[in-house]
Amino acid sequence: MRGAPLFALTLVLAAPALADSLLPPARYANVQLADPRQERQAKALMETIRCLVCQGQSIADSNAEMAGDMRSLICERIQAGESPESIRAWLVSRYGEWVTYTPELEPATWPLWAAPLLLLAGGLFLARGRFRRRRKV
Amino acid sequence: MKRLVLWVPLGAFIVFLAVVAAGLYTPRQEAVPSAMIGQPLPDFTLAPAIAGRPGLSSTELRMGRAHLVNIFASWCIPCRTEAAQLAELTRRGIPVDGIAVRDRPEDLSAFLATYGDPFRAIGADVDRRVQLDIGSAGVPETFVIDGRGIIRHQHIGAITDGDLPAIVAAYQEASR
Repeated sequence: MRGAPLFALTLVLAAPALADSLLPPARYANVQLADPRQERQAKALMETIRCLVCQGQSIADSNAEMAGDMRSLICERIQAGESPESIRAWLVSRYGEWVTYTPELEPATWPLWAAPLLLLAGGLFLARGRFRRRRKV
Repeated sequence: MKRLVLWVPLGAFIVFLAVVAAGLYTPRQEAVPSAMIGQPLPDFTLAPAIAGRPGLSSTELRMGRAHLVNIFASWCIPCRTEAAQLAELTRRGIPVDGIAVRDRPEDLSAFLATYGDPFRAIGADVDRRVQLDIGSAGVPETFVIDGRGIIRHQHIGAITDGDLPAIVAAYQEASR
């Protein structure tokens, strides 16, 4: 128990190892666009772009500074009239399909799209005996 | 036949377990490679990151000579460790340019004074635009740009002595 205050003190003094710069966040990192329609578009796009730092999160959820810079970039480009899909294509051309949470149908991703259908077909095949029996009763 | 079918779900479950186990035991791949390798460098003009030193523009990188472009920052801890390796590369006659990400001139001067300054020119990428435009996902990263401004090679993370041969080889390949 005597160690508790010391422990609390070390917790207070321990500075987290931040991998962030000393500059303030980008203009639109944490600020919404004034136009509600543009803001909706920007938000929807951010939710489907993967953060390069916190790699299980979207840039909409991530607190990484780089995610903030990407949010700001998206807002500015949407404000300038660019379409969300063209911004997504730009990001994919920089970081590959990896960066988007909306994978296109292509050779590497077809199992993603086919798996539900194949599993459903397999399930029906396994269950077909049950249906047959019930019809007889 | 019917008996065999009964085992299918268990078989599928074992396959599923094997996939999960393989996923758990494969080391995580965190590095995000740029999709811009083999592509021309996007156009950019960066102001000097430190007063009195040249900034960096894409036009300079297309003037016939291959370059290394090191993406770094004074606030980036691993960037401190690669100064000796970058200096070694310049000693071998390889021009090294810097892009300082989200940096302040005073921090940068202190950083270069402490850890060494191998750079010919340093551009200030204050809002990370250029970093995103060339597909770099973090600091430090080093790109090999050939004389026509095509991105030929990307090294992710701090350069260690063991990385030097690969980078020198990529530079020579790009100089050809």
